[in-house]
Amino acid sequence: MNSFFLLLVVIGLSVAGYAAGRARSVLAASGDVRILHSLPSYYGMFVALGCGLPAILLLALWLIIQPQIVEHMVMAGLDPSIMPQNADEYSLMLTDIRNLASGNAVSREASPAIMAAMERYQSLQSVGFWTMGAAVVCIALLGLVWARSQVSRSFRARNVVENIIRVLLIVCSMIAILTTVGIVLSLIFESLRFFARVPFFEFLFGIHWSPQTAIRAEQVGASGSFGAVPLFAGTMLITLIAMLVAGPIGLLSAIYMAEYANPKFRAIAKPMLEILAGIPTVVYGFFAALTVAPLIRGWGESIGLDVASESALAAGVVMGIMIIPFVSSLSDDVINSVPQSLRDGSYGLGATKSETIRHVIIPAALPGIVGAFLLAVSRAIGETMIVVMAAGLAANLTANPLEAVTTVTVQIVTLLVGDQEFDSAKTLAAFALGLVLFFVTLGLNVIALRVVRKYREKYD
Amino acid sequence: MTDAIMNSKPDTAEIRRPSPGGERLKKRYAAERRFRLYGLCSILAAGLMLVFLVGSIVGTGWSAFLQTYVKLSITFDAEYLDPAGTGDPAQLQNADYGGLMKKNLRDNFPEVTGRSDKRKLYNFVSPNAGYVLRDMVIADPALVGKTLDLWVKASDDIDMLTKGYVDRTEAEDNRRVSNAELAWYDKLDNADRVETRFNTDFFVNADSREPEEAGILGAVTGSLLTLLITLLLSFPVGVMAAIYLEEFAPKNRWTDLIEVNINNLAAVPSIVFGLLGLAMFLNFFGFPRSAPLVGGMVLALMTLPTIIIAARSALKAVPPSIREAALGLGASPLQVVTHHVLPLAMPGILTGTIIGMAQALGETAPLLMIGMIAFIVDIPGGFTDPATVLPVQIYLWADSPERAFVERTSAAIMVLLAFLIFMNFVAVLLRRKFERRW
Repeated sequence: MNSFFLLLVVIGLSVAGYAAGRARSVLAASGDVRILHSLPSYYGMFVALGCGLPAILLLALWLIIQPQIVEHMVMAGLDPSIMPQNADEYSLMLTDIRNLASGNAVSREASPAIMAAMERYQSLQSVGFWTMGAAVVCIALLGLVWARSQVSRSFRARNVVENIIRVLLIVCSMIAILTTVGIVLSLIFESLRFFARVPFFEFLFGIHWSPQTAIRAEQVGASGSFGAVPLFAGTMLITLIAMLVAGPIGLLSAIYMAEYANPKFRAIAKPMLEILAGIPTVVYGFFAALTVAPLIRGWGESIGLDVASESALAAGVVMGIMIIPFVSSLSDDVINSVPQSLRDGSYGLGATKSETIRHVIIPAALPGIVGAFLLAVSRAIGETMIVVMAAGLAANLTANPLEAVTTVTVQIVTLLVGDQEFDSAKTLAAFALGLVLFFVTLGLNVIALRVVRKYREKYD
Repeated sequence: MTDAIMNSKPDTAEIRRPSPGGERLKKRYAAERRFRLYGLCSILAAGLMLVFLVGSIVGTGWSAFLQTYVKLSITFDAEYLDPAGTGDPAQLQNADYGGLMKKNLRDNFPEVTGRSDKRKLYNFVSPNAGYVLRDMVIADPALVGKTLDLWVKASDDIDMLTKGYVDRTEAEDNRRVSNAELAWYDKLDNADRVETRFNTDFFVNADSREPEEAGILGAVTGSLLTLLITLLLSFPVGVMAAIYLEEFAPKNRWTDLIEVNINNLAAVPSIVFGLLGLAMFLNFFGFPRSAPLVGGMVLALMTLPTIIIAARSALKAVPPSIREAALGLGASPLQVVTHHVLPLAMPGILTGTIIGMAQALGETAPLLMIGMIAFIVDIPGGFTDPATVLPVQIYLWADSPERAFVERTSAAIMVLLAFLIFMNFVAVLLRRKFERRW
């Protein structure tokens, strides 16, 4: 909050800088702005940027670096008697100190030494904040004064400002790349730590998943096994059910909308499908757990089938409903982009509309439809809330849709929700699962986009 | 040669001639009608599912907007509030209002004697009813010693009973309301001392363990703070990235890479962004857990591709003649964009941004990863306070076993859907009003 206030101060200074720069340029031109190189507002903007940009950069850097330095200083200054021995203890103690400082509950009774460390932490924090505030304001003022001194009749303010803005534009467009790099790096680093404890092939091909690791070494059955095959199988089962629902319904709706429906019907049906796409997944999850699962269980019992209350079927069907609009809108686009001449040729040979669709349009649109299905599959694999709320937690290796299965995303959520230390194989396993998830969906997307693009080029 | 053709019968395809009665044609037309019907049925199926989904949520949730109150005669007994008769505000502040409430319940139902029956009786009204009495006494100390007929908020079990969710025909052990409680309730009901009112607390309270006290204001505030951060980060960055890619970037491998990257990022599962937020923002940079600041940053990264793609198509839709005319008059490339292209593309960009924000508002999974799932009874006051958001609140309530939380979950979903519908409505309106076809 205080840093936020500081940001407001810097922005205020920038605004003042704008006014100062503008006024100075008008003064330099002695009132006749035509003899200036640029418009007065560019001089103002130059001063504003000179004031704000370095200060905000410094603020951001400081905010990132300060916690590291403060923590290091606090831990180095600890009483030697309670100095942590290993990395786990170190991070636990640090968390305690941090929680104490912000007034939260802590995991154990605070000893006087810890309290002293906490006070030191707090005082360092506040010293750090005030130093930062002073430094940032100083930089902002220095920048303002310097930039203002640059303003003169012949100063090419517009070019400088435009170059700065262009660099900013480039930086912004790089953020997308940085995000991907960040995702890949964070997933890979944590996964490598996981694979240092659990062999890679055991994770990928093991058929037993029970991520509970023991607190004491001699506990029974607490070794923790990380064979992810049941999760992959469960994910595929639910995805398959979802596609069995969404595939036919989505494709047939798309065909009807593209080939049969009159504009009036389209105007109603298309927004309706879009609403289906806009409903948050947590709502679908609630619907699946509260309405669909008991319904399926009731039906199953009435015909003598034993259905688990968190059956894969319920989660899959609801996920299918969620995916219908993806399949239908993508397929709709593809079918619409099949050239009219193909249809006319088919009608001319005497084919009915449905014959034309089945024998001419679908084959012509097939690559695009395949692409649409692949995108839908990737969506289903990565979907989280529906399965978290409606699918099970136990890792069963089964193909029976009436039993409870678990999925990759469910396990990621269950492993990471709640407080836990960050170094156990259990939490790191979530990142390994995330890595698999990321690369599988990425692969599906790349293939799907390539298929769709290739197809479009053929007819354009 | 003609003989050769005449004699060589087609191997596979037989020559079909129109059948005399046109049966084949009838068959083909029947197939046509069937196919058409399949299409219509699948759209109707999708529609029915939507209706079923919304219907089931409205059906279970509408009653959460009502809350049961029971009328009890309450004596503000000086013995509990101010035994010394000092009238000291501090004494009134800290008096035993819970005990006062219990005493009044016993007085209202003198027939209750057993220990376990008494305990049930104390559960008849909301555990927070004592605080309401306290607020009344502090507002008006003259109440001490008086007796009033007051409407007191009933507990969630009684609330469920009023709303008809408790099956009286079921065996006593299988329902949450015992026969004794039913008798007390009926006694009050027959005396017209039960009433349902509009549940204002649902809109002005934060989360609570007691269903009748739980509200959505905390989650809504958290959502607003989070979305504000998301908007502040993703809108400028997204628009600037789109401007660069659409207007300035040279066509080379590097910009191709950025483009492919953005398209792929748009399809990365949201939970992966949560993992990124956990590993980067929380563990590496040490930002606070559960804070709207971090949630907003994660959601900003997630909505960035949506905004960039929407902004690019809006910029692309501005005809080149406008750019050329501005360039011809001596504007610099940046002036062309900021003075002419961007204002013309703004409605499209805003529409895309609102749709991206609506997505972010409904997103749950990445926020679970960064700890916005804590049970928080305070309304967050800043960007670094622990907070939760509306979808996560829905998830938390959906996990609670009490029947009263089921209807509150549905009600919270209705509020969430109302926000989403409003945002999409604004987006459609913007598009209708400002869209220009060149």
